Amino acid sequence: MSQEFVLETRGLTKEFRGFTAVDSVNLQVKEGNIHALIGPNGAGKTTLFNLLTKYLPITRGDILYRGKSIAKMKSSEIARLGVVRSFQISAVFPHMTVLENVRVALQRPMGNSFHFWKHEKVLNQLNDRAMDLLESVGLEEYADNITVELPYGRKRALELATTLAMEPTIMLLDEPTQGMGLEDVDRVTELIRKAAVGRTILMVEHNLRVVSKLCNQVTVLARGTVIAEGDYASVSANPQVKEAYMGSEADEEQETAS
Amino acid sequence: MAMTETTKARVSAVQESKKAANRRRIMIYLALLAVALIAPFLAYPVFLMKILCFALFACAFNLVLGYTGLLSFGHAAFLATGGYFTGYLLSQHAVTPEVGILVGTLAAIILGTFFGLLSIRRQGIYFAMITLALAQLVFFFYLQADFTGGEDGMQGVPRGYLFGFIDLENNLSMYYFVLAVFLIGFMLIQRTIHSPFGQVLKAIRENEPRATSLGYNVDAYKLVAFVISAGLAGLAGSTKTVVFQLASLNDAHWHMSGEVILMTLVGGVGTLVGPIVGATFVLTLTHQLAQSALGDWVNVILGVVFVACVMAFRAGIVGELQKFAKKNFK
Repeated sequence: MSQEFVLETRGLTKEFRGFTAVDSVNLQVKEGNIHALIGPNGAGKTTLFNLLTKYLPITRGDILYRGKSIAKMKSSEIARLGVVRSFQISAVFPHMTVLENVRVALQRPMGNSFHFWKHEKVLNQLNDRAMDLLESVGLEEYADNITVELPYGRKRALELATTLAMEPTIMLLDEPTQGMGLEDVDRVTELIRKAAVGRTILMVEHNLRVVSKLCNQVTVLARGTVIAEGDYASVSANPQVKEAYMGSEADEEQETAS
Repeated sequence: MAMTETTKARVSAVQESKKAANRRRIMIYLALLAVALIAPFLAYPVFLMKILCFALFACAFNLVLGYTGLLSFGHAAFLATGGYFTGYLLSQHAVTPEVGILVGTLAAIILGTFFGLLSIRRQGIYFAMITLALAQLVFFFYLQADFTGGEDGMQGVPRGYLFGFIDLENNLSMYYFVLAVFLIGFMLIQRTIHSPFGQVLKAIRENEPRATSLGYNVDAYKLVAFVISAGLAGLAGSTKTVVFQLASLNDAHWHMSGEVILMTLVGGVGTLVGPIVGATFVLTLTHQLAQSALGDWVNVILGVVFVACVMAFRAGIVGELQKFAKKNFK
């Protein structure tokens, strides 16, 4: 019955010592959508991400992947199912080369990841595929650089390539354009659009311009609950959403003023 | 597609330069090996064997601290376990030394698995505390147990005949056997680091949550690394018992867990030869000081060295040299 949803939550709740960060959220992510999760700061977006991928234990509720509960699985098992997440802060392996970053993601299905007696050159057979992935995000000429030397925007592109190497069915991107200059934002937006072909994406995003350009479904979260759902136009016209955003912006103005 | 060709050419160019670096590394290893082969004619073999045993112990420890990012404060337990099991077998059951050493190593592997299963899910200081607590438990067990000789330790363990015919009472044969054991251990570590498994370990050390999100069950990888390290620490302890014909509570004491941290940090944590240099440095310093007028001040001086290392030379001797080489000879 819920097969059309790749990912679904039912009454998902997370409490931290009496504070309810995520409050009985019912989220449904449809196959093939680029689904945005937006909301003011502290709305529980990242917490929700952490629950979906079990980086945090859930207090109540259920998470379904293609109709089957994954609430009791480990993070690594969920990743192996094809639900692969990225992180708010660029998640790369800083002292490995760009190529090695992608290769680590390709390596696991080879089944030799515990083979401590084999030489690492057996991994070279993955180089071609790794290069193809790097090419798809425009990083092929940086393949041999140590990752820490890359500028921020390229690190995020690398992160995307690494995530794609997992061949995920659904990608959870946590603020993929955060902290980027305008030029980088456009490039990453394009990359996400390309990556979305044949996949489902759920992304937390603050940049509403990116959301309006990219996403065909938007869920608005405020204080841990869903306050609106729909396409960008209908959601942005919703008075509750306006209030949540204006309220928080007014607060921020007060903070900067004081 | 022209792009693909050039990038592939670039990749192979990098592999060429990697090969050149590899050749240099092999030259250095061969030079070190040559030194190790003639060393017993220049220095007191028993002291050299002591260095080799502790160097192996420190290398094993470095596999968890430097290459997995786990601070174990209980590695003395593995050293002592190897030592006691080997000592017991050699003195009570008259097995040949290689069998005694293998069983000692196996015992350390089993103990390491047990330690690892209990502690690996904890991080940072909690991991250190659990390993310390478990090692203390093992210490008191060996203190009370009958077969260890308690506070007196196990004295007069016979070295015996290796494979039944090589007399290890001869210091020179003993030395070359210890050198062989050390090399096997060292090569295993070097291979582990440069293996598919080593790549995953590196990824885990660099960014653990990300490694998890790539589908790796990080605890399992850490556990394997920990068990390999425990096994090699046991191998070092077993071999040490054969050399000194003695297994004592000193090896199980938490001082020993601290000393191996000191050796690793002074030499250079996360570098392959750092622990060897560190063990040599610490043991030579202790040895020289013990014979000099400053004999009573050994621990104070080691403490000062440790503080200086942590505050000023955080990369250790080898680490600082590598930094220097990178800066000046690139």
